[in-house]
Amino acid sequence: MPLVIERKPLTKLEKTWLPQIIGGLKTTFGYLRKESVTLQYPEERPVIPENYRGVPTLVKDPNGRVKCVSCQLCEFVCPPRAITIDPGEIPEASEQAHVEKAPREFEIDMLRCIYCGLCQEVCPEEAIFLQNVYSVTGTTREEFKYKKEKLLELGGPLPDRHFKWDKKKAAAESGNGGH
Amino acid sequence: MNPPSETGSPSPNPAESPRYRTAGYDSDAQLLEVSLGPQHPSTHGVFRMNVALDGEDVVKLKPVFGYLHRNHEQIAEQVSYLGSMPYTDRLDYFCSLSNNWAYAAAVEKLAGIDVPERAEYIRVITSELTRLVNHTSFLGFMLSDMGAWGTVLMYAFREREKILDLFESLTGSRMMGNYMRFGGCRCDLPPGWLEQARKVVDGYPAFLDEMESLIATNEIVISRTQRIGRLPADKAVNGSMTGPCLRASGVNYDIRKVDRYGIYDRFEFRVPLGDHGDCYDRLMIRFLEMRETLKILRPALRDIPEGPVMDPKARQRNLRPPEGEAYARVEAPKGELGFYLISDASDKPYRYRVRPPSLINLTLLEDLCLGEKIADVMVILGTIDIVLGEVDR
Repeated sequence: MPLVIERKPLTKLEKTWLPQIIGGLKTTFGYLRKESVTLQYPEERPVIPENYRGVPTLVKDPNGRVKCVSCQLCEFVCPPRAITIDPGEIPEASEQAHVEKAPREFEIDMLRCIYCGLCQEVCPEEAIFLQNVYSVTGTTREEFKYKKEKLLELGGPLPDRHFKWDKKKAAAESGNGGH
Repeated sequence: MNPPSETGSPSPNPAESPRYRTAGYDSDAQLLEVSLGPQHPSTHGVFRMNVALDGEDVVKLKPVFGYLHRNHEQIAEQVSYLGSMPYTDRLDYFCSLSNNWAYAAAVEKLAGIDVPERAEYIRVITSELTRLVNHTSFLGFMLSDMGAWGTVLMYAFREREKILDLFESLTGSRMMGNYMRFGGCRCDLPPGWLEQARKVVDGYPAFLDEMESLIATNEIVISRTQRIGRLPADKAVNGSMTGPCLRASGVNYDIRKVDRYGIYDRFEFRVPLGDHGDCYDRLMIRFLEMRETLKILRPALRDIPEGPVMDPKARQRNLRPPEGEAYARVEAPKGELGFYLISDASDKPYRYRVRPPSLINLTLLEDLCLGEKIADVMVILGTIDIVLGEVDR
């Protein structure tokens, strides 16, 4: 049963415009007493939910290690191709040398990034996270090309849920290493 | 020249009279050509109309679009199936979750993926909330096109904001959801989300009543919309118009009823229709649609079952659907939104095509505007409810 739009002719009173003017003013003045819904933006900041998709950053585990192993999955999945990774080895002197790889350079072009979050979804190491930063500023194109250091600084350490390297080390010591 | 009279005119529709035939006017030096846009505040983005005027009457109107062309379809043929999902958000940026659903439905059809029940419910809820967002902001934009600057738009945006907050806590982004996946949804509802959504839905009728009391019997609104931009049903069907604009002309065609896709057959709702097909009908039909949408949302938010939101077998990243083609369509807030995909069994679509409701509704703009005053062109364009992101792609 369809619903047809009613079209009532205006009454004599409504044709005088007065009920509309009075009703409109009533609505307007009614809002004077209600709580304001606006924010005084730069001073007051909106509450950002936890899963907000802001600036993508690289994170470290609580031991200060870079979690990214430069598997390049994010580079391949990125729809606007904003991520460029130069894979490299972990330096010899490091404790984790020859265990895993690490990016020699990791670059995200924030002007290309569309903040879709696919990189975070595909990352098997949980190394790339979209933070709740929603305003990125700069004056030149070069400034928007975030390098590894900047990304790590923005990301900071993240409480790791699984301490992957410790687990691997324990597995190797007990003879269960390898997959 | 005489203004087109409303009653008692020998020719019922002034647009049909020989005086308004466009052919004879090309060499007429009396015509004034006006280029409306592309930076006109009422054109909803970068859209231009070349209007030929005789006095104040429109005798010719040529829509010019393409300023916002972003090569969406070609890009989608270069990236993986999953990679186009965030781009579909940017087609009609007011209704990103409906767009997501249409694209996910097309890929699911192509690859034969099932969707769990909870995900179906979430899809209905999010896309009906999207309809509220779209129609609410439509009211604001439409009335500011008419000259009611600011106030109505702010009231509309205040309500829209409540739903955008829901979307933000669900998808992580206010407008660019990127939420649907092939075989379900990306993540489950956050705790407390359903209660919040119920609160928003319960508060909505009060807002609609307030808006309707301000608009429906307002003499200015009535004189600027009634009998303006009439579109007969046969013309609307010929121009393959869809969505609220088609239904305002009296054609009962709602894909939620026709296709019964998703789980829409479980909900009781009626399809609002107009019987004049003028701007007033196209404006008021949005109110009725929002009220019907609330009738879908209440049971959906109540009955949503527990369970997974993703088909565990569905692949996202390396999806290689078998060779074939699929067309899936949904009733997006603006009309029929369809995605047509051809697969050649590789990880990218061989052909990717969008059937955008805004663009196809816009092609009827000249028919609607001929014989009207230049000031009404903005109102007529406002009632078609276009989004340039979708028109130009």
